[in-house]
Amino acid sequence: MLVIALLVLLPVGALFMRADGFAGINSYGWSVIRFTVFQATLSALISVAFAIPVARALARQQFRGRRFVLALMGAPFLLPSIVAVFGLLAIWGRNGVFSDVLAGFDAGPLDIYGLQGILLAHVFFNFPLAVRMILQAWDAVPVEHFRLAAQLNMGPRATFRLIEMPLLRGVVPSAILVIFLMCMTSFAVVLALGGGPKATTIELAIFQALRFEFDLSSAAVLALVQFALCISVALLALKISRFIEFGGGLALAKNRWNKSQLLYWQDRILIAISLIFVASPLLAIGFRGLSGLAAGLPNSLFQAFVTSLIIALSSATLAIFLALILAHFIHHLQDKSGRMVQSVAFLTLAASPFVIGTGLFIIINPFFNPFNLALPITALVNAAVTLPMALRIFLPALKRIDQNFGQTAQSIGLHGLNRFRILTWPQMRSEIGFATGIAAALSMGDLGVITLFAPPDIATLPLLMYRLMGSYQTEAAAAVALVLIASSFTLFWVFDNGGRHGDHP
Amino acid sequence: MKKFLTAAALLTLAGASWAQTDTLTVYTYDSFVTDWGPGPAIKTAFEQTCDCTLNFVAAGDGAALLARIWLEGERSEADIVLGLDNSLMEPARQTGLFAPHNGIPATINLPVPWQDDIFLPYDWGYLAFVYDNTSGIDVPTNFQELAASDISIIIQDPRSSTPGLGLLFWVKAAYGDEAGAIWQDLSDNIVTVTKGWSEAYGMFLAGEADMVLSYTTSPAYHLIAENDFTKSAAEFSEGHFMQIEVAAKLKNTDQNALADAFLEFIASEAFQAIIPETNWMYPAIKIDLPDGFDTLIDPEPVALPPLTVEHRKTAMDEWLAALSQ
Amino acid sequence: MAITLENLHLKQGDFSLSADVEIKSNQTTTVIGPSGGGKSTLLMLIAGFIQPDRGRIIILDQDLTNQSPAARPITMMFQENNLFPHLTVFQNTALGINPNLKLAKQDQQNVKAALLRVGLESRSNDLPSTLSGGQRQRVAIARALLRKRPVLLLDEPFAALGPALRHEMLDLIDEIRASQNATLLLITHNPEDARRIATETIVVTDGHVAKPQPTQALLDDPPLALAKYLGGPSGLVS
Repeated sequence: MLVIALLVLLPVGALFMRADGFAGINSYGWSVIRFTVFQATLSALISVAFAIPVARALARQQFRGRRFVLALMGAPFLLPSIVAVFGLLAIWGRNGVFSDVLAGFDAGPLDIYGLQGILLAHVFFNFPLAVRMILQAWDAVPVEHFRLAAQLNMGPRATFRLIEMPLLRGVVPSAILVIFLMCMTSFAVVLALGGGPKATTIELAIFQALRFEFDLSSAAVLALVQFALCISVALLALKISRFIEFGGGLALAKNRWNKSQLLYWQDRILIAISLIFVASPLLAIGFRGLSGLAAGLPNSLFQAFVTSLIIALSSATLAIFLALILAHFIHHLQDKSGRMVQSVAFLTLAASPFVIGTGLFIIINPFFNPFNLALPITALVNAAVTLPMALRIFLPALKRIDQNFGQTAQSIGLHGLNRFRILTWPQMRSEIGFATGIAAALSMGDLGVITLFAPPDIATLPLLMYRLMGSYQTEAAAAVALVLIASSFTLFWVFDNGGRHGDHP
Repeated sequence: MKKFLTAAALLTLAGASWAQTDTLTVYTYDSFVTDWGPGPAIKTAFEQTCDCTLNFVAAGDGAALLARIWLEGERSEADIVLGLDNSLMEPARQTGLFAPHNGIPATINLPVPWQDDIFLPYDWGYLAFVYDNTSGIDVPTNFQELAASDISIIIQDPRSSTPGLGLLFWVKAAYGDEAGAIWQDLSDNIVTVTKGWSEAYGMFLAGEADMVLSYTTSPAYHLIAENDFTKSAAEFSEGHFMQIEVAAKLKNTDQNALADAFLEFIASEAFQAIIPETNWMYPAIKIDLPDGFDTLIDPEPVALPPLTVEHRKTAMDEWLAALSQ
Repeated sequence: MAITLENLHLKQGDFSLSADVEIKSNQTTTVIGPSGGGKSTLLMLIAGFIQPDRGRIIILDQDLTNQSPAARPITMMFQENNLFPHLTVFQNTALGINPNLKLAKQDQQNVKAALLRVGLESRSNDLPSTLSGGQRQRVAIARALLRKRPVLLLDEPFAALGPALRHEMLDLIDEIRASQNATLLLITHNPEDARRIATETIVVTDGHVAKPQPTQALLDDPPLALAKYLGGPSGLVS
């Protein structure tokens, strides 16, 4: 807890210390804030609205390759935003696949620049994440309830009202919250697809204040606005989201017994559409990367790969370690104080990497050469950013375990590390795997603080890619992007699958 | 946790090992030090002239570089900063962290006279709109024609990129009080405004717009490195914004002599000959240019007022107002 | 016959189950046997939650092998989670009439009557989490009462209750069965329960489903596998 507070609040404090005074927010500032909240809200609502039917389709359909589809759903979220932008442009851009198809019908090219482009990119990033979050909630419903529904001949509406609605009430607010926060600090996507200064987010304003105007005070004020927005949204969402207390069900595959062909095809088509939506930009990135690979790889690729891997693994280890401790701590708190602590933990999601990076820089610079600490700091900040997500994943699992086995554990005197080893770990494997996968892969693709601290001889994969793009080496950059997403994806898959392994059939 | 600590310790050690005696530390931008940039060749060339190690430190782009120096303040390990440009010179001067040089080398040869007691130019280039000459667009010859056409362009954001800032000054220099109106007319041509040059140029290459804000030298890269003759730069009758990239010595350098030697080296043929085909800019002294550079357009520079912070703010407000409607 | 399982076969990983039995109507039959032997799987097959690999399931002279659970004339009660935690006792019961919970006046009276029958009319507006384990299963019984299905499948819903309470529940459910001329198939671990209400008993061991035998005779002189499960030389536990 202290670590988080220090990590988030100290840098802001440091900015104020170096600043010359306290800046107000002018009318331009307010319009930036309004736009930020507006696009983040829309992005979150649309992502979740699409995610609900798709998660439901995935929950009730068994098919070959279902696991692969689930893993693929983790992919966009893990893409560095600039890579994703080029993947999306290859499909949706003015020269993309859809525009080519439209040209065949004499229709003009798609114009994705503007709010629609921002939303498209944010939905592409976050809709699959929402699907995974909602699907996990589906998994928590006891199978008997679905059997009852089948036996009582509940129609789609009754099933929705009696089973799906309560489970969605538990998970949807936090899904919206997480996505809202991610979109609030979105920067490169907004700038590339936003179409102009109408689409300016707080994060860009912070960047501008730090880079061009040396206006630490404005940056710090804007960072505080971000925090305030974040805390209020977090508290609200945590209050709405009621955890429905399901008893422990037999964890069997949730077959649905509705034989309706309509439902079957509706589900299959939904799954197919989301698959195309998610996979097509990935394929585009893959093709570009392959032609880049054919043209030869940059020398520094291997070293950058190793550096990225070390950062990813250490920040994931750190994030999971912190999240487990924090989750246990929150789990034992009263509801109200638990909510407070959780919303503070969410701060790291809303914290601008530029503010954290710059603040840490100001703090560290008098004592150490920041270059020497580049990798530990990058790992630490990345860990902090993934912490809230890991928390959201762990808390319901802890609650479930406590309900199912808490008394048994107490009665046989299982506590402390033993309880974790014998009870929590085996029961939470799939959650821990999922969270570790996300943390590692996100950290692998991160291009935030590392840019402030990285010495030239140490490059991560995203940094290498960006440097290549800046020297006309588009092909090599595409190749590095491919290596980057392949390794992120592999990392995620290894952990996620490792967690699920040994799970019930 | 243990794994993390071990990794952290190892990396800290690895990072510390480069601190040696007689090392000249030069802060620069990212693309300068890549395998394809001028950095590696310049390091070799300079180390041949001295008994020292030249150590490049990359810090993002030009603006990030200045922010970095300013944040580090007097504790900075940098002896030289290489990679600011004329749009960042005034804010850089105001930090008070830079020291005057020992005189402008006589070899310096730019299209405009150079007078500055702190910053020395090491290369330059004209901003220009680059297009695909096989696309059949009517190439505009000035901003007004561009604004009146339906040609799509991608530009960089002046709030996050130096070419973007250069364009801002370019329009302001060419149109003065009318700059806001020009921006308003341009707004329907602008497909999007990117964070930096890399995104904009990448999107242009992916076919997202007819033209992109880049340099008159960009076609030379495609010509020389890729044998690709399809890229050209449009010559504008208002004259072009001349981006002059500069280097300077820091006041707090502990390698004063070595730093002066490097600033002198910058104006040498050994340094300048590397620039055209690695940084894809014009050299700051008179040397023979590589084949291919002769095919580039040779526009006039637009006359610039002092690019002060106030001037930037005025131009930026006009830009924001025009494009936010 | 109430239920006929014809050459039924199912394979799930290492486990396989086969059955070729007939279960008589208008009586109670218990299913007895060691854990993991396939008792629950047998009920799942009959209820339609699992599809067999081969064979036919005929319920009340109709081949229902490929019908969905809702289309079968069956009410099944599980060991737990028979109730939705966010619905009141009244609502959980009313699901037996209409899963949309839209009730006419008469329906509401019927729900009240069913709750009265199981002795929970005063708890109508309470949530399941405030009830004891036995009370929760009574709500499920009340729902079964309203559904009036000719076949009742019970997967040990009373296993967790004490002997006196368990007997009371068994008597209640058997009484309801009798009053509705229904057929009851009940899984139990306890031979005493079988003797109490079951005319016939089916032994399920290692995926093999034996033919129903008269309960008294079977328990008095159990075959070897059953004797081993019941413990003691004669298998008489009580």
